[in-house]
Amino acid sequence: MAVADRTVLEVFRYLPDQDAEAGFQSYEITYQENWVVLDALNHIKAEVDPTLSFRWSCRMGICGSCGMMVNGEPKLTCETFIRDYDTKTIRVEPLTHFPVIRDLVINMDDFIEKLPTVSPWLIPEETPVEEGEYLQTPGQVAQYKRFSMCINCMLCYAACPVYGLDSSFIGPAALALAERYNLDSRDKGMRQRAAVVTAHEGIWECTYVGECTQVCPKGVDPAGAIQMLKLSYALDWAKALVLPKFGRS
Amino acid sequence: MTKQLTRPLPRTWWLRKAPYLKFMIRELTSVAVFAYTLLLIWALWSAADAGSFLGFYDFLRTPLSVWLHAVVLLLALYHTGTWIALTPKVMVLWRDDEQVEPDFIAGVNGILFLFVSGVLVWLVFA
Repeated sequence: MAVADRTVLEVFRYLPDQDAEAGFQSYEITYQENWVVLDALNHIKAEVDPTLSFRWSCRMGICGSCGMMVNGEPKLTCETFIRDYDTKTIRVEPLTHFPVIRDLVINMDDFIEKLPTVSPWLIPEETPVEEGEYLQTPGQVAQYKRFSMCINCMLCYAACPVYGLDSSFIGPAALALAERYNLDSRDKGMRQRAAVVTAHEGIWECTYVGECTQVCPKGVDPAGAIQMLKLSYALDWAKALVLPKFGRS
Repeated sequence: MTKQLTRPLPRTWWLRKAPYLKFMIRELTSVAVFAYTLLLIWALWSAADAGSFLGFYDFLRTPLSVWLHAVVLLLALYHTGTWIALTPKVMVLWRDDEQVEPDFIAGVNGILFLFVSGVLVWLVFA
């Protein structure tokens, strides 16, 4: 039997259709031991205050919809257990660095627009169909697999002060996705991605704070991906300089 | 489009949590390293004639210089530590289909750093 306890959720409220100032509203709730922060928010919306707005979908750490700041840290609220917090109150805010549409709902347009700019799809060399499918060994899959686990939850953007200070930065998740395809043995699109990836707003904007990797719920390591991109594009540039016949097309 | 709320980062964002503060300290250590390169340039410049090199040599022996060297050494060591910690992120090595442990790569780089530093210290003081 789950044990019940009480806590206070301080929830960020922003209601643009009412002219009230944005601020925090406290809700004292009784929670079960197995409740996550998302359960508490759903309880508040169902039983206490139906005007509260937030995004969620799968409730199992797959869809990436329920990312919010919990006590100042970017978290998937469906994986964040209330019992793990020994503070008297738990503060829930929308993800930082994004415009807020309403309460805990952010505008993710900037992220959605940036994702396709790195050509996150396979760009293979043209081979005749009769040569069959592109085969990969488990070792070749292992090279890129960790970078392919991203669920687009945007926690890494909320943790990245570079993006917070300059939203033109392409950002951790999109760049990790570029490296995921660059590392794929079936892909030959590294130079095609260079214009975006090596632009000022790309890899060179990253100063390696490293918090994107720390907050990633899927272990993607965007900070590592960006450093690998820096090395591979720098080597490619040097190779083209020394051996012009291998130059960039 | 509904009115949206933007919340710009305050100037004190780097005080919000320890990793941000450590990042800022790491970046500021670069200033100390840059300042020390200026000192080395002064050393080269003063080597042009014996008189000015003696002036530089006398400066090195002052308590202020000793303190500066101690502080710059600490900051440079911190900076070096962060670089060694970064090496596994860039040097991703594979043995067959298994990735070489990041701690192993950082450890080897750390040992190499200590070895080269030891050789340099030996060359200077031997």
